[in-house]
Amino acid sequence: MQITVNGKTCTFEQIVTIQDLLDKLQLTGRLAIEVNREIIPRSLFSTHAIHAGDAVEIVHAIGGG
Amino acid sequence: MNEQKSAADDKLVIGGRTYTSRLLVGTGKYKNLEQTGRAIAASGAEIVTVAIRRTNIGQNKDEPNLLDVISPEKYTILPNTAGCYDADSAIRTCQLARELLDGRALIKLEVLGDPKTLYPDTPATLKAAEKLIADGFEVMVYTNDDPIMAKRFEEMGCIAVMPLAAPIGSGLGIRNPYNIRTIVENAGVPILVDAGVGTASDATIAMELGCDGVLMNTAIAEAKNPVLMASAMKKAIEAGREAFLAGRMPRRAYASASSPIDGSFF
Repeated sequence: MQITVNGKTCTFEQIVTIQDLLDKLQLTGRLAIEVNREIIPRSLFSTHAIHAGDAVEIVHAIGGG
Repeated sequence: MNEQKSAADDKLVIGGRTYTSRLLVGTGKYKNLEQTGRAIAASGAEIVTVAIRRTNIGQNKDEPNLLDVISPEKYTILPNTAGCYDADSAIRTCQLARELLDGRALIKLEVLGDPKTLYPDTPATLKAAEKLIADGFEVMVYTNDDPIMAKRFEEMGCIAVMPLAAPIGSGLGIRNPYNIRTIVENAGVPILVDAGVGTASDATIAMELGCDGVLMNTAIAEAKNPVLMASAMKKAIEAGREAFLAGRMPRRAYASASSPIDGSFF
């Protein structure tokens, strides 16, 4: 399945939910996620399904003024 | 008795929370997370700004997160909308920040006009502020030193107004102290100077003008010794606040001797 993650096109097999994607990318810690410009709450990471063509943004807090 | 009371009770209240420190600091431009943590600790700041950006996919997974070093439990984290040049991206950033911080809706709104001066785009900032306030955000708004705009932002519901001293990262200090003073005199919400502070005396001047606090990043991070400068800034803010509360002497055109003439023996 082809999706876009943080602007890059990626191909994944066996990705069903957001949590699957995070596990595949080995991303942990405090994150916020948009799928197709819609914010998906953390509580729904294990249930929200990813579909082919989805545009996913994964953000976190970094140093800034 | 009056003097003691005013010093002890002199707290900063923003968004219903009470703070002892009137110094707010950013977390950008440091050498590494370790230096960031040490500088912030030395500053005594309780409110700390962060930026919201994409995670690095495929990079070092063991790299500590900023919020591991600057914990939301210990500090009030103030997400900014740095790098936004239009209202929509600022609003989107705030919504993601609120999700990131478990529903906490305190944000620093900045909508920039051009990358060279990083000056705020006032019409876009107004548009973003209106939508964010309607969506329940507590908006601390970065703006210029226009007293009319400062009051507008307050009247529309921003919980704090943050006029710049000078462009972000310029270190030029307060370019127009008279405007800052006018903003302070007209204000019913906290006024914090944000951007352009370069060294300790700049922060002191801001506080002597009656500001409620100062937000800075580059002044500390780009000092040769950031941890020492953070300590200097902590003292500078305290000194300026005490001088303001003490009520300075009047300026005079001519001299006023400090020693009496009576009893001179020559």
